[in-house]
Amino acid sequence: MTARTRTRVFLAAMAGLAAFYVWGLTGLPGFGSYPGPYGYILDHVAVLQTNATGVVSAINFSYRGIDTLGEEFILFIAATGVSTVLRHLRGEREESAGAAALRAEGPAPSDATRQATVLFVGPVMVMGWFLGSHAQTSPSGGFQGGVILATAFILIYLAGQFLAFRRLSPVPLTDAVGAVGAGGFAVIGLAAVAQGLPYLYNFLPLGSVPGAVSSSGTIALISFFVGVEVAAAFVLIVSELLEQTLLVEAER
Amino acid sequence: MIVASAGTSPFVLPGAVMDGLQVVLLVLVAVLATAVVLTRAPVRQVIVLSSYGLMLALLFLAFQAPDVTLSELTVGAVALPVLLMLALAKVRGQGRERRRDR
Repeated sequence: MTARTRTRVFLAAMAGLAAFYVWGLTGLPGFGSYPGPYGYILDHVAVLQTNATGVVSAINFSYRGIDTLGEEFILFIAATGVSTVLRHLRGEREESAGAAALRAEGPAPSDATRQATVLFVGPVMVMGWFLGSHAQTSPSGGFQGGVILATAFILIYLAGQFLAFRRLSPVPLTDAVGAVGAGGFAVIGLAAVAQGLPYLYNFLPLGSVPGAVSSSGTIALISFFVGVEVAAAFVLIVSELLEQTLLVEAER
Repeated sequence: MIVASAGTSPFVLPGAVMDGLQVVLLVLVAVLATAVVLTRAPVRQVIVLSSYGLMLALLFLAFQAPDVTLSELTVGAVALPVLLMLALAKVRGQGRERRRDR
């Protein structure tokens, strides 16, 4: 195919795409317009029905809980996949921890990096737990809280403490915590079924004060389990990659 | 556009200010997205990608989705760049080993 033919084919394809794109755009509803009644109904009933003032969390963990369960397992399976793909292969060997220590620590971070990261580990961890445990009162929740918790572990590595990072998050422990998180969500759903209620039905007492931390029944509990699972999954993915990068060497 | 309910709360910005903010952020997101594509050096590209994630988080905030903001902030601006950096480090390490073998 000559360059000229290729250009012609490209231009014809672009014209076709542009035509379909413009045609598609003309059918869109106006910017910011929301036609469906679903959101408006939830706006009015969510706080009354669940005592959760974080309506987004009420939707994620209760009204559309089954969607969130699926999303949680996507992450769980992704983490499983990463640790399967990055397992030690034949022809690779892991350096002994002692010999690796020097190389694995890499170039020492500057004092400023070290100070700043160490300073942030505590606050970041508190913030992660806060977000994970306050889904019912604010636009936060297990996903955000969990990822921020995992960030605290990455900060420990950034401070130049790879071995500390490894000690704090041994793979078997991370695996177990992740499984408990993912399983906990599914089990809360099944606990409702065991009582003859629909799957993921909010069967716990809702508390009397809307917006109190102790309110919202299963919403807070599910958010907690999601947070635990997400934190574990991210720490697992990062530590598998770190190990692969720093410790595993191809056999020569 | 999303119109703020008229000034009952001190935290509600006037509608026009919100509209302006949204337009500015949309433009900045488009600029940074283009910058990500145009950056050739992988390590620099990751840094630009991280700031693109940060800008996207601000955009979500301006469009009243604080929960998505938090997710984007952690995943787009921190977790994704960290994973890419690790992959780059691994690839470079292998290149070094191969050169040493020759």
